[in-house]
Amino acid sequence: MLKSFLLKAVAATALSFSTWASAQAVDLQFYFPVAVGGKAAETIQGLTDEYAAQNPDVTIDAVYAGSYQDTVAKAITASRGGNPPQLSVILSVDMFTLIDEDLIVPFDDYLTTDEDKKWVDGFYPAFMENSQTGGKTYGIPFQRSTPVLYWNKEAFEAAGLDPEVAPATWDEMVEFGKKLTKKDASGNVTQWGVRIPSSGFPYWLFQGLAIENGAILANAEGNKTNFDDPKVVEALQFLVDLSTEYEIMAPGIVEWGATPKAFFEGQTAMMWTSTGNLTNVRDNAPFKFGVAMLPEKVQRGAPTGGGNFYLFKGASDEQNKAAVKFVQWITAPEQSAKWTIATGYVAPRPETWETETMKAYAADFAPALVARDQLEFAKAELSTYQNQRVTGIFNDALAAVITGKKDAATALKEAQAEADKILAEYR
Amino acid sequence: MRGLVFRREWITGWLLLLPALVFLFAFTHIPAVTTILNSFFSTPRGRRQAKFIGLDNYERMIGDPVFWKVLWNNLWFALGTIPVSVALAIVMALWVNEKLLGRSFVRMAYFTPTVLPLIAVANIWLFFYTPGFGLFDQITGFLFGWPATNYLGDPDTALNAIIVVTVWKEAGFFMIFYLAALQSIPVNLKEAAQIEGAGRWTIFRRITFPLLMPTTLFVCVNAVINSFRLVDHIFILTDGGPDNASALLLFYIYEVAFRFWETAYGATLTVALLILLSLLAISQFFFFDRKVHYK
Amino acid sequence: MSGLATNLDRFLNVFAAWALALIWVLPLAYAVWTAFHPAAYEARFELFAPLTLENFVKAWDAAPFARYFLNTFILVTMILAGQFILCTLAAYAFARFAFPGRNILFALVLLQLLVMPDILMVENYQTMRLLHLVDTIPAIALPYVASGFGIFLLRQTFMTVPKELDEAARIEGASFLTVLWKVYIPLAKPTYLAYGLVSVSHHWNNFLWPLIVTNSVETRPVTVGLSVFSAIDSGVEWSVINAATLMTSGPLLLAFLLFQRQFVQSFMRAGIK
Repeated sequence: MLKSFLLKAVAATALSFSTWASAQAVDLQFYFPVAVGGKAAETIQGLTDEYAAQNPDVTIDAVYAGSYQDTVAKAITASRGGNPPQLSVILSVDMFTLIDEDLIVPFDDYLTTDEDKKWVDGFYPAFMENSQTGGKTYGIPFQRSTPVLYWNKEAFEAAGLDPEVAPATWDEMVEFGKKLTKKDASGNVTQWGVRIPSSGFPYWLFQGLAIENGAILANAEGNKTNFDDPKVVEALQFLVDLSTEYEIMAPGIVEWGATPKAFFEGQTAMMWTSTGNLTNVRDNAPFKFGVAMLPEKVQRGAPTGGGNFYLFKGASDEQNKAAVKFVQWITAPEQSAKWTIATGYVAPRPETWETETMKAYAADFAPALVARDQLEFAKAELSTYQNQRVTGIFNDALAAVITGKKDAATALKEAQAEADKILAEYR
Repeated sequence: MRGLVFRREWITGWLLLLPALVFLFAFTHIPAVTTILNSFFSTPRGRRQAKFIGLDNYERMIGDPVFWKVLWNNLWFALGTIPVSVALAIVMALWVNEKLLGRSFVRMAYFTPTVLPLIAVANIWLFFYTPGFGLFDQITGFLFGWPATNYLGDPDTALNAIIVVTVWKEAGFFMIFYLAALQSIPVNLKEAAQIEGAGRWTIFRRITFPLLMPTTLFVCVNAVINSFRLVDHIFILTDGGPDNASALLLFYIYEVAFRFWETAYGATLTVALLILLSLLAISQFFFFDRKVHYK
Repeated sequence: MSGLATNLDRFLNVFAAWALALIWVLPLAYAVWTAFHPAAYEARFELFAPLTLENFVKAWDAAPFARYFLNTFILVTMILAGQFILCTLAAYAFARFAFPGRNILFALVLLQLLVMPDILMVENYQTMRLLHLVDTIPAIALPYVASGFGIFLLRQTFMTVPKELDEAARIEGASFLTVLWKVYIPLAKPTYLAYGLVSVSHHWNNFLWPLIVTNSVETRPVTVGLSVFSAIDSGVEWSVINAATLMTSGPLLLAFLLFQRQFVQSFMRAGIK
């Protein structure tokens, strides 16, 4: 009698404790970067507020952490200081660095039901390449982008080209470029054919060329690069030839930040840049423009770019579960559509494009679909362990070749040797 | 009794110094020493603790081509910025010190760079340097019909472009020091020389310049330190590129420590910077010691 | 020298001085141009381009500049106050007290002229982490509050104060702190003004250390705010960035314009030469 009473009491207490625990609000801190102008920060804030209103048992503290660089620095610092966020949006290429620093946990432990597994499979595979390694999912795609080709329809028309047709192959790009490159009486170029910016992070757009030529720059384990692959050498040679042999692109390092302006000013008839520029170009281009997939060599191709959600170590089970729920909510079609329209990022799930909101948006602004269609051919952005260092070496090699200080084969061979030295310990 | 007074003076002196010394030690001297210590350890990463690795970091530095490149860049940067900005500062001060048409405007113009943050004006210079539609290309194209020049994207000109921005930034600041010095030179010295028929150049060479020597020493020390410290604009203009052609030592230290997260190697590079600065300070001291005429 | 040559000489001087001044003011002029015109005129200089204030509105909406501004203001005040107090005390000790170790300690102070805190950012960052100060405004300020330059400057000034003044005050029974307050500090006013202006303009514009040690809107000074604001994927928008630049450096520019004369004179009297 007494025993059963005790048991009942224990059970009741346990029950009331557990309900008390679940009634307690779960606190989440969430860092996010902003890399495009417009309403990015506002939109995220708005979405988290909306979520919090629907889920009173969770409080989310969304922290605008600056640029991507700032955000990863802040997350690493805070974690080392014992105060990590529970959730953060960080570049997808930083995955290996975060694993190496022992700061993140995979999502798999919290995605146990069949429905959850189906949810993971519902993202574009191109985006998942930078999000999974060793059979585990570390990142959930969120603010992702990809480079596309923008062209000036009026310039095409003036050069006698069909203004509605963008170059589909490398050869066509060169052929069009030659027609589009204009010189004044003294032989100075007043309009270049094409502009592929190479300042700061030249590897990204170059990777487009490499993939089109059938090369993959790094393996999925992030511990081996293929910088000296003959196909990479060939792609780099082509990039250099655009300036030196075909003379359709300005020589030397071409500034990323000034590229949209150069396009608006008519300094170049075509430009390669991120889909993150769509809104900017739409607002500021004083002429009709088109957006196309990057041209192909042996295949179509482009790298992906941008940021993923990561779960940080040091959170309680409760917090991680709540974080995963929040990630599932914010990447769901309606929310994702809002985010894409506000920023120009590519919605990472096919189902988002099926919503009425997105359909209406795409009908009004067809170029938004180009990035989505290109995803079929997109590959992972270059990412390895000690990512900043390895890509730094690669960037230096590209710059040396673009500025004519080294030839492509030598520079890439040297870069490969250096990358091997760094990555050997991770194999 | 006398001894006691002395003691009290000692204690007062020490107490007055104490707060400043605490901060100086905490943020200058102790970090300098720990930097040296850390350069003998490996970078802690994830679960791996830092371990003693002797001179490995130094070996890596000796074998690091980027290190040698940024070191040479930095010496070239110092050579390019210090003499030019100091000379310009003197000329500016001489002009502004005289009765000049629109003197206030000229003085304000010279001084504006000091007030504008380097990080912000770097964006403006980025536009000036932009090939094609940038200001410099518009001007050279209009006046001489020159083709577009890629000042920042060419390794042969990138560092020089950075040097120009730095000279622009520094000269006006140094001018203020010279201006103050010029105004304290007795006018009768100059008048006496003029009566004796000395020309402007002679007066400058024989009277003004020697009297400005202490200022020159002070300004030069500042200029040397700045040549190893001013890297803000590099972040915007070139980010160290192309292929590190415009990276300076401190910029590289930032990159290694806060982008690559290799703090131990960053410490090793810092030690190299400290050694370099000490060597410069010592040689500068000996060089100027003979020439400065203190009152 | 003939009158003609002198006139020519004078003319050439004026011409050169103005030419240099125009070059020097060019970036500011460009900032003003772009800030008040639509983005389409960033690279086109037409006299009758339409004027607009929209860039300022855009910049103001794009980043919390009011907050950044406040942060910088707090930061600069904090540094200046710390520097004045610490440097005054230390300079007083070096100028007027005899105690063992004075020369060595003075040498150690001078060492900081050379080894600026910026150079030791790696270690100072670790220190801030130990103190749990990363991402706070004091973390930006602390490495600078004891300034070797300030101590040196004030010591030189204090040493020029006649000893008799000091002794007279002491005979009247004033304590050493009273003497400092009543005699030395008033006489060193120009030095404080000159040093204060140098310090304010330096820290108002400082970038690298705040970039490293701050991560959030609540702590970021305007310089870091400006860089975050301009480092975006979608290309440089000069009109908006320059509007932001003008907004953030406007107060300093204005202060200099107003106090130009006093500034130069105080430099002169401070004996910074």
